[in-house]
Amino acid sequence: MQVKDIIDILEAEIISAADLEAEVRTACGSDMMSDVLAFVKDQSVLLTGLLNPQVVRTAEMMDMRCIVFVRGKEPDENVISLAQAMDITLLKTRFRMFTACGKLYMSGLRGGCENE
Amino acid sequence: MSCIKMKYEVPGDDFTRAGEASSMVKRKLKQLGYNPDAIRRVAIAMYEGEINMVIHAGGGVAEVEVYPDRVEIALIDQGPGIADVEMAMQEGYSTAPDNVRSLGFGAGMGLPNIKKYTDAMRIDTEVGKGTTMYLTVKAK
Ligand SMILES: Nc1ncnc2c1ncn2[C@@H]1O[C@H](COP(=O)(O)OP(=O)(O)OP(=O)(O)O)[C@@H](O)[C@H]1O
Ligand SMILES: [Mg+2]
Repeated sequence: MQVKDIIDILEAEIISAADLEAEVRTACGSDMMSDVLAFVKDQSVLLTGLLNPQVVRTAEMMDMRCIVFVRGKEPDENVISLAQAMDITLLKTRFRMFTACGKLYMSGLRGGCENE
Repeated sequence: MSCIKMKYEVPGDDFTRAGEASSMVKRKLKQLGYNPDAIRRVAIAMYEGEINMVIHAGGGVAEVEVYPDRVEIALIDQGPGIADVEMAMQEGYSTAPDNVRSLGFGAGMGLPNIKKYTDAMRIDTEVGKGTTMYLTVKAK
């Protein structure tokens, strides 16, 4: 799947676009950043309800390509410019965390650990 | 490349800037053409340590030495210290207050993550004086 497919699946809006054709295979949904940082398995998408700059920093350290803000939330300018500097696409979806993750899972994205 | 040394101040009063030092180190290692897996392990471990200095210790200093075969990181703070390091190393143990949790930290996973991603980790700490954490990541 590519970043642009996530836009269709989650009926998402682009907040800031980097490489929409970047290949993504695994995702992680969490509001705890150390949870996200615990599993390095080429996770390329982060779904979160948090809006602070550490969300982008976490994605950056993990080499993630895309962050999806759930429940229609949108971060401020600082967060957006940080994501732009890091070549990370920012999307927002009106769906809540559970539903957004479920839709992506049904479309083939996985959790990144063998048993997920 | 013999040894490249970098030093960063990590301000303790600005949560939004936490992670800048780790970000700069990551960029530098990329420029040097360092092994990508090692870069990611350095970035994650240092970032967890940097965040800890900001949320638990009022900031500090990060010193990084890059050798061809390894990266050495020292994270030095003058915070409250850690009374029981063994306990702090347990998954899920956290003293982070609710306001820190609402920012996405305080799962008690940072130190276990650092241990997982580094090849060596040592914590020197004294209550009331501060904490220094030494990390080594091998390039492999
Ligand atoms: N530099 C430090 N100075 C003082 N105490 C620290 C420091 N680093 C860690 N600690 C203590 O160790 C505990 C565990 O740290 P750890 O990084 O594992 O979890 P956390 O920071 O609370 O949550 P998370 O890392 O999951 O966001 C902290 O809650 C804190 O009590
Ligand atoms: Mg921590």
